[in-house]
Amino acid sequence: MARTIHSLVLFLALAWLIPTGPARAADDSLQARIDALGTGGFADTAKQIQALAATGDDRVVPALEALLAGGLYVRQSDKKVFITKKAEGGFALIDPLTGRTAGTADTFAVKKIRVNNRLRRELKAALGGLTLLSKDPAVRLKAAAAVFKSQDPDALSALDAAILKETDDRVREAMRQARAAVQLKSDVPEADKVAALKVIEERGDRDALSVALAAAAQTEGAVKAAAEATAKSIRQTLELWSAAQNVWYGLSLGSVLLLAAIGLAITFGVMGVINMAHGEMVMIGAYVTFMVQEVIRTSLPGLFDYSLLIAVPLAFLVAGAVGMAIERGIIRFLYGRPLETLLATWGLSLVLQQTVRTIFGPTNREVGAPEFMSGAFEVGHLTVTYNRLWIIVFALAVLFALMAVLKKTPLGLQMRAVTQNRRMAGAMGIRTSWVDAVTFGLGSGIAGIAGVALSQIDNVSPNLGQSYIIDSFMVVVFGGVGNLWGTLVGAMTLGVANKFLEPYAGAVLGKVLVLVFIILFIQKRPRGLFALKGRAIET
Amino acid sequence: MKTYFRGAAAAIALTAAAMTASVAQAADTIKVGILHSLSGTMAISETTLKDVMLMLIEEQNKKGGLLGKKLEAVVVDPASNWPLFAEKARELIEVKKVDVVFGCWTSVSRKSVLPVFEELNSVLFYPVQYEGEESQKNVFYTGAAPNQQAIPAVDYLAKQEGVKRWVLAGTDYVYPRTTNKILETYLKAKGVAASDIMINYTPFGHSDWQTIVADIKKFGSAGKKTAVVSTINGDANVPFYKELANQGIKAEDIPVVAFSVGEEELAGLDTAPLVGHLAAWNYFMSASTPENAAFIKQWKTFIKNPKRVTNDPMEAHYIGFNMWVKAVEIAGTTAPDAVIDSIVGVTVPNLTGGVSAMMPNHHITKPVLIGEIQANGQFETVSSTPGLVPGDAWSDFLPGSKDLIADWRKPLACGNFNVKTGKCGGQGS
Repeated sequence: MARTIHSLVLFLALAWLIPTGPARAADDSLQARIDALGTGGFADTAKQIQALAATGDDRVVPALEALLAGGLYVRQSDKKVFITKKAEGGFALIDPLTGRTAGTADTFAVKKIRVNNRLRRELKAALGGLTLLSKDPAVRLKAAAAVFKSQDPDALSALDAAILKETDDRVREAMRQARAAVQLKSDVPEADKVAALKVIEERGDRDALSVALAAAAQTEGAVKAAAEATAKSIRQTLELWSAAQNVWYGLSLGSVLLLAAIGLAITFGVMGVINMAHGEMVMIGAYVTFMVQEVIRTSLPGLFDYSLLIAVPLAFLVAGAVGMAIERGIIRFLYGRPLETLLATWGLSLVLQQTVRTIFGPTNREVGAPEFMSGAFEVGHLTVTYNRLWIIVFALAVLFALMAVLKKTPLGLQMRAVTQNRRMAGAMGIRTSWVDAVTFGLGSGIAGIAGVALSQIDNVSPNLGQSYIIDSFMVVVFGGVGNLWGTLVGAMTLGVANKFLEPYAGAVLGKVLVLVFIILFIQKRPRGLFALKGRAIET
Repeated sequence: MKTYFRGAAAAIALTAAAMTASVAQAADTIKVGILHSLSGTMAISETTLKDVMLMLIEEQNKKGGLLGKKLEAVVVDPASNWPLFAEKARELIEVKKVDVVFGCWTSVSRKSVLPVFEELNSVLFYPVQYEGEESQKNVFYTGAAPNQQAIPAVDYLAKQEGVKRWVLAGTDYVYPRTTNKILETYLKAKGVAASDIMINYTPFGHSDWQTIVADIKKFGSAGKKTAVVSTINGDANVPFYKELANQGIKAEDIPVVAFSVGEEELAGLDTAPLVGHLAAWNYFMSASTPENAAFIKQWKTFIKNPKRVTNDPMEAHYIGFNMWVKAVEIAGTTAPDAVIDSIVGVTVPNLTGGVSAMMPNHHITKPVLIGEIQANGQFETVSSTPGLVPGDAWSDFLPGSKDLIADWRKPLACGNFNVKTGKCGGQGS
């Protein structure tokens, strides 16, 4: 009873204060404020978010979270605001404060409350301030990060309270850093700000640098000097890390080059066929991935995280089969005539591109990333993205698997025998023409596997292969024709060289310099880094 | 059932049209040339424009054609090969005897066909946003000039997001270079220091964005709000956005506003991590007007795929085609000179609720919309200009072109009139 009277008084007070406010809905001041989110433009909504944050009441959190996720709607008829869920023929409405279901509405009866970047920032800052005392440590960590970013001086008292109560060391550290960042923006004594800068320096990443530089620009005297010193020290550390970062980026680019080139190291390196349609095998692999994901999406959505694993063998088989068909249909008539092979395979690459364009359309196809390949983690101040990490691992795995096939299997033995001395191998009873077809199929199949990995970082379009063909030849020629180790070293060298040149020379000039370097290198060592020696090469 | 009847009626109408067409002499149709690449690198963007032209022509024929004649589409494939564009343009005009051409995407393909259209005096409608600095008697520019896209986008970021530091990232060719030059001058005129502007160019089809995205992050950690203005073109965008998402650059921290990323480009991407990044265009598929709803429905029916999206250059062709139809009706003939004279001042409704007009400088008036990427791959308009913005052929922010105007009406009839010297000619002719 007391509660009813209380809210009645509040309601009356509100009705007085906000004459245009939602009259029917307000049985609670929070309710009224939440409903006010649904009126006015972006600037009005921003004010309402700040007002909600200022209440310090964590019951508004679900509403703000829903707004951030684009799930907060306003009912057109009475301007009441609801959290919504997609339901049959429209939306299921959920009361933003109580979390109880509040009926349904069809699509046109409710209107989404729009957010832009500014509102998203406001929301994250507000949620940060409100969830510092959440039960879940992950949420508290996120909250501390949000406060660090917003540097909202109003959050200082909440932070102090939260730090006292905090039990998790990692979260407490994040909160301490957030507190330091907030202190720099608020009017605390100079000594406190200088102490805060020490905490910022300990953190030492890009965000910390940003905070220090902003402090240097906005303050005077001792704080300014301390902020500049902090920024300088952070910068120095980051410079060192950026060298490590360049190596990492180089290895990752190298692994992409390696993947694209391994297949070619077989068809061009071992067999000596100038295969201009190699890139199209990569493309076929990428389209196989797309089709696998398409089937999984429509019929077995639970398997999505395994889609790439399923795609790898399929891509190998499809691209390998296409490769064998090409070898049997075209290339076997052209052995020993490199110029004709080059022209025929180039023409074939155009045919394959246009075929795929006709079947799948000219536009890009979406290949999703499974959970384990999304996102990034930090090693020191180095951001390592999972997809790049997995591609490096995958490229090496493919390379070593291929080496094992060549060295340890009867098929590998026959391949090496045929390439080293075809007539002798034939005399030993090896069906050389069959080995040719299988070798070409193997090279093409590996290109198809590369396509599965490349679909994660590049466009899946009919042009996919074209962009890799030049790089692949570059790697194989540079590394030494016919040598898989050479391909590995060549790819990694070119990747790292490219990434060290890029920051200084720019992406365009960097690429030019690498090409010039390879041309000069080939003049000096025409057989590449690791030249095969022996009689087989001389003939 | 109803749709079945409608379909049947349409089929009968089409058969009837086909029969009359075959009975009639070739001279009794008006030929419309379509010069878009259907193979090669640009096919990804241009094939859609060929399809939309076929749809518009079919629609016009259903309405009874033009001047009592049927329209006939003549499609050629310049195969993303710039010199071939000029050859195919000549073939369309001289051999196929088309009355008008709709086509080209890249600036270099447009530059390649310009002399052909001038020599043979035909008409070209060019539907893509471009760098400006051009006005040609035989060409009508229905895409955005820099002042209809780039400048309003930068203004939005400066005002709404409080951006103080700018990364101008682009693919290395004429459109990004000119646009960035204009933007750089504009930003400096607004008091942005040279140290707060970073300019970066990448080759076509660039796919390894790790270093550049890390550089952007580095540039953005200077304590000032930073934004990226992207003129990155075509295929390079998907790996760029994937890298942004992977390195965790959120739109709230460093927003990216793009001038070449539309609904079609986003179709190949998971947009959930990209929510909030921006694009500036004159049309978004999400525009809620009855005209747009009808256009989308018509497109999906025509292409027989309910998942296909519409985009800005498609709207440009829609406007351009309707303007040409109107101009031909006013002139009573398809003769190029008559059409070029009658089209200036023609107004047609665009798809975003306004009425676009053809200006004397052969550019059109368009609204400028800023949209944020949504999780469903669409854009949500967060800002739009109050009225329509007339396209400016010669930028006011480049030293060589600020005194130039274009006016193809008689008696001036000049594409690069210098108001200082009072002479026609000079730069860009």
